[in-house]
Amino acid sequence: MPKDQSVKRVLVIGSGPIVIGQAAEFDYAGTQACRSLKEEGVEVILVNSNPATIMTDKNIADHVYIEPLTVPVLRQIIEKERPDSILPTLGGQAGLNLGMELEESGFLKEMGVRLLGTTAQTIRNAEGRQEFKDLMERIGEPCAASEVVESVEAGVEFAESIGYPVVLRPAYTLGGSGGGIAHNRAELEEILENGLRLSRVGQVLVERCIAGWKEIEYEVMRDSAGNCITVCNMENIDPVGVHTGDSIVVAPSQTLSDKEYQMLRTSALKIISELRITGGCNVQFALHPTSFEYCVIEVNPRVSRSSALAAKATGYPIAKVAAKIALGYCLDEIPNAITGNTYASFEPALDYCVVKMPRLPFDKFLTAKRTLTTQMKATGEVMSICSNFEGALMKAIRSLEQHVNSLRSYDFSALGAEDLRDRLQVVDDQRIWVIAEALRKGIPAGEISEITKIDLWFVERIHTLVRMEKRLMTEELTKDLLTEAKRMEFPDSEIASLSGRTEKEVHSLRLAFGIEAAFKMVDTCAAEFAAATPYYYSVYGRNEENEAKLPLAKAEGKTYKGKILVLGSGPIRIGQGVEFDYCSVHATWAFSKAGYETVIINNNPETVSTDFDIADKLYFEPLTDEDVEEIVRLEKPDGAVVQFGGQTAIKLTEHLMRIGVPILGTKAEDVDAAEDRELFDEILQQTKIPRAEGGTVYTAEEAKAIANRLGYPVLVRPSYVLGGQGMQIATSDKEIEEFMEIINRIAQDHPILVDKYLMGKEIEVDAVCDGDDILIPGIMEHIERTGIHSGDSISVYPAPMIGKLIKDKITDYTRRLATALHVRGMINIQFIAIDEDVYVIEVNPRSSRTVPYISKVTGIPIVDLATEVILGKKIRDLGYTPGLAPEAQYYAIKMPVFSFEKIRGAEISLGPEMKSTGECLGIAPTFHEALYKAFLGAGVSLPKHKQMIITVKDADKGEAIGIARRFEKLGYIIYATRSTAQALNDAGIKARRVNKIHQESPTVMDLILGHRIDLVIDTPTQGRDKTRDGFLIRRNAIETGVYCITAMDTARALVSSMEHASENGQLTLVDIAEI
Amino acid sequence: MNAYLILEDSTVFAGTSIGAAREVVSEIVFNTSMAGYSEVLTDPSYAGQAVCITYPLIGNYGVCLDDLESGRPWPDALIVRELSEIPSNFRSDCSLGAYLQKYDIPGIAGIDTRALTRILREKGTMNGVITTDDDYDLETLIPRMKAYTTGKVVEKVTCREVTVYPGVRDLSENGPLSGLASFDREAFSRGEREPRPSLVTKLNGAGKRIALLDFGAKANIIRSLTSRGCDVTVYPADTPADTVLAGGFDGIMLSNGPGDPKECTQIIKEIRKLYDANVPIFAICLGHQLMALATGADTYKLKYGHRGGNHPVKDLATGRVYISSQNHGYVVDPDRLDPQVAVPAFVNVNDGTNEGLTYVGKPVFTVQFHPEACPGPQDTGFLFDRFLDSLDQE
Repeated sequence: MPKDQSVKRVLVIGSGPIVIGQAAEFDYAGTQACRSLKEEGVEVILVNSNPATIMTDKNIADHVYIEPLTVPVLRQIIEKERPDSILPTLGGQAGLNLGMELEESGFLKEMGVRLLGTTAQTIRNAEGRQEFKDLMERIGEPCAASEVVESVEAGVEFAESIGYPVVLRPAYTLGGSGGGIAHNRAELEEILENGLRLSRVGQVLVERCIAGWKEIEYEVMRDSAGNCITVCNMENIDPVGVHTGDSIVVAPSQTLSDKEYQMLRTSALKIISELRITGGCNVQFALHPTSFEYCVIEVNPRVSRSSALAAKATGYPIAKVAAKIALGYCLDEIPNAITGNTYASFEPALDYCVVKMPRLPFDKFLTAKRTLTTQMKATGEVMSICSNFEGALMKAIRSLEQHVNSLRSYDFSALGAEDLRDRLQVVDDQRIWVIAEALRKGIPAGEISEITKIDLWFVERIHTLVRMEKRLMTEELTKDLLTEAKRMEFPDSEIASLSGRTEKEVHSLRLAFGIEAAFKMVDTCAAEFAAATPYYYSVYGRNEENEAKLPLAKAEGKTYKGKILVLGSGPIRIGQGVEFDYCSVHATWAFSKAGYETVIINNNPETVSTDFDIADKLYFEPLTDEDVEEIVRLEKPDGAVVQFGGQTAIKLTEHLMRIGVPILGTKAEDVDAAEDRELFDEILQQTKIPRAEGGTVYTAEEAKAIANRLGYPVLVRPSYVLGGQGMQIATSDKEIEEFMEIINRIAQDHPILVDKYLMGKEIEVDAVCDGDDILIPGIMEHIERTGIHSGDSISVYPAPMIGKLIKDKITDYTRRLATALHVRGMINIQFIAIDEDVYVIEVNPRSSRTVPYISKVTGIPIVDLATEVILGKKIRDLGYTPGLAPEAQYYAIKMPVFSFEKIRGAEISLGPEMKSTGECLGIAPTFHEALYKAFLGAGVSLPKHKQMIITVKDADKGEAIGIARRFEKLGYIIYATRSTAQALNDAGIKARRVNKIHQESPTVMDLILGHRIDLVIDTPTQGRDKTRDGFLIRRNAIETGVYCITAMDTARALVSSMEHASENGQLTLVDIAEI
Repeated sequence: MNAYLILEDSTVFAGTSIGAAREVVSEIVFNTSMAGYSEVLTDPSYAGQAVCITYPLIGNYGVCLDDLESGRPWPDALIVRELSEIPSNFRSDCSLGAYLQKYDIPGIAGIDTRALTRILREKGTMNGVITTDDDYDLETLIPRMKAYTTGKVVEKVTCREVTVYPGVRDLSENGPLSGLASFDREAFSRGEREPRPSLVTKLNGAGKRIALLDFGAKANIIRSLTSRGCDVTVYPADTPADTVLAGGFDGIMLSNGPGDPKECTQIIKEIRKLYDANVPIFAICLGHQLMALATGADTYKLKYGHRGGNHPVKDLATGRVYISSQNHGYVVDPDRLDPQVAVPAFVNVNDGTNEGLTYVGKPVFTVQFHPEACPGPQDTGFLFDRFLDSLDQE
């Protein structure tokens, strides 16, 4: 069926801020889909509240609204833009839900707008629990049997009808308390009785237990003519019970015979056909490990995280094809972009093995529980490709950038066999390391598989790696042994450590033996057809053909000015998010536009940068010195850019220089000068710029000495990190000891900084410097005072509270610092303004997380300019006047978004270490409307019940009074704990006193659990004690969906925004494409 | 032990010997299926060929005897990147290596199978030798390779005598429906084989008698018919048409099989008689090519064939595209078709080659791909239903 010509203007809904479970994959999918729609001549209107994304760029869509993703806002946009269709299946669950709400309200019909792709009825059938179950029953596809019971007798009856074990989930209890798994009648009765008592509504869901079954996923595509294909299947190494986002996943499945493979494939196709999905769809199955029995776990009638992974794992551009299907095309009319001469109506054949590993945030949340459950906790993921599983696993491990490079990186060698057997029961992010240790201690693979329910095949593969460790420890490093170790992707450093040599020795030895990486293509078809746009992965072996050396059809006849290596930013983590992918992609495009051949190395399957048509060549590889060197040896780039890829790329600088790759832009020694305390102090003296006093230390003793000299509070942080990792404000010697211990758990290559903590306004700038001149697109001011990480602060452009004098000073300091550091390209500086004084906090001679945001709201394409500057152009030649660009006529506010509810046990109070996972934007003609929109975009839509709780530390009580009075004026009933209530009452505010948790009921906790509270303002006292009231209040507020504020400045901003909320709810829309 | 795969263009791949350690000359082909190596190995259509599996990790789930498509492995040799020594699957009866040993099938592992595939793709299918002789002599090997042809392999793979397979009388005999099949591991290890899950939901073949001419038939063709209720009589390939016709069958199936269809001169003559007899005929793969040759069309050899489980075929009557299981080196030339005799019914979406024919004025329908799957997608299994349903209209 050819394209539907009636589709001319399409509204695409994005997925909003990055949160755990909904990350960069939707930027990738959305960007690809928008480009695919524009390629067809369709006018694209995009709405997404996330300013860090590539999809919200004006060259991706024709009209771009970085507005809150709410139904009223979408209605307004539809009324203004009058699209003829909406595409809701590319924006994750958030986008899908919005599309459905609009459709169900009848608004779309009224406006003559239709949903493209999958119909509303289909979405209801797939998403509605009961509808889905009924449909599956009708077509004979099994789901895990379940029933809600209200008595022990009913529970027993049902459990006996479906068989033990059963899972029990009491309704409406906190974090699933009172639930469990019952293996027999006695256990069932005990758990059920307790669960029924704990459940506020006296209901418990009894469900067939499928934990421990194999979890298998299929990515399926279907067009409107009913043609279906599966893009690939994936097998979770972690069996059912761990969210697939937190599982180690392998593609294709490894342990299924054709019978099981085809049985599930046929089922997936049957389901997608029955649901009449048009576009992409993900079907998850639980497959009994020792039978043909299976259950359909769930169906996602949209592109998903798994589909992004499948797309990267196979080379099949799922989102692009889904967009074409939405326009009416059939699969056999859509060309396969990789081969160029076959069609989308085929199933990719892989001739390699793909491993995905989750990037879990436990290095950020030290108090959080590391156990993995059905609630996803990973912030991002890495993917690796190799011709064998062992190699793919090893590559994935070192791609994580969590100080792990092998199966020895987490040390469990102190545990004996019995302890290990116990430890194997624990399902957490370190399980494969425990398995490796268990194998080292001689626990049989079969037993490990029994305990963990991880298929024996995978345990045996880990065993292969463990055996290789032993060989490397005991045998001579012959050519054969080294080849075999490299075939399994042991990094040189690990071989060195095992064989008692230096990394350099191992490196030279293997080069002397001629052991180098060869590169293979991902071509969707296992080499059956010639590929036009392939991408590469490395393998080692005896005689591997190096396909990257072969001429590429698409490069024929092209001449380039040179070859540029762009280093990506690796997995999405707190502190290094999608912003850096935005920068890498834009730099790549800019180099390409300037006539250069571009090569990207990255390992993140969720991102735009790893789409095969962004750079001329894509290497899907770990971002380590060794892996990059193998690519450099082959590609011989004329230069590398590291300033766009976050800390991941910066870390590679030294090695790139050592192997002779020129670093384009700011020189490495100048980057060092900004990071190295003493060098930087020299620069500051030379440029006469003040900063907080401080010093560098290695030990707690040194730190305490400096702290006592400066006087508490002090800021303690490691150097060379992003996102303030490990940064803390210490108020006592005891805290210094605690923080230093945490920082030094990981060996530090660089000293630790201890600075006097200054309290003032925090100001941030991103600038481009050409060596002589600078261009600052805009000055951003943080709402929260210093002490809260800039990534977690609400950031306002243009800076509203500082005057011209300060702005001039900042512009001047920026110019002085940038030129003194010989910056060529990007620089990011954070300042503190106290009265009329400006101090510098830190300087990062590289791209920062605010770059996409400030680029979009000022309309100044900083990354493009920085790229031009790196290539030798001057700011003046590029059509810009140096200095601070004129301020815009509206306010743009970046609001951090957190995922605390997903990580049980995580401390939510804000501090110098970054904790937010994403951000959204509020942009409007007035400050207050922008602020209102920013809160709205972050999901804070108040008032609801007009009841709130305030419990603040003594130092904040004064400020609390003013804020409480304003909330009271808005009609809020205020509850407060004893001393806060006292302070408020004394000031004439009618605060109602509530008891603390350990006092008698009703306590503050009862209020929170009563679901009638809009907001908790709780400023924490110092310390990390998890048993304190404050910690429990904050956790419970978050887990029950109550908005919780931990800084007075944030609270003040919220109340201001509420005071100025418009009466009719109408907001002023801003089309970013017109800036 | 070292092993070498040497192609007739003198390319040498050095690897490790798997299976039997004997030397073999054969035609080298590649298959892109990611699962289903045991079905590939026991598909008689691979007789006379050495098959390279492009997916690199082979043997992961061992060999399950229930999954075999015939009584023994047929390829001359197996070429893989990595052979899994410790299989893991609840039904695994033995490791793949042990299975190859048992049937004296040689093979090679540890080579760059992707490079091999690229050579075959660029230069076309060619002959090669697998040897464990470290001192192999190219001079003597190359003429041997060049002289090799698959020859009359149908004779080798067909059955020797007529066998009748009764159809199921009740759907429950097929075993549980897909997805509901539980499995008794203990019973399995005692040798009590429960039927694996079935997709068949109606016995539209009940009471029908089908003759299957075995040119190297895969077991699942028979199973596809019996599980729908048909009684199937399997005849050796050289059975005269008159004998088959004398059986008074409701329909005739021509099976898949190995080799160059034009070698089967006598069989083609007999098939012509079946065609003339106006009986309903459904043919798969080699059977499809033989019917085309019997009715005046031509076949030619593809550069490197279609072998895998991901080939899209388009039903020209409906425009629908199905993913099919394929295994063929020869194909019917659509340009040499007499439109009065047969018209294309299916076409390959990738390269436009013919994938099926409908015969004009005759109850004859033939496909190049494998609706019986095993290995591969089950999407076109409905063709068996179409065939059986058509018998009612005759």
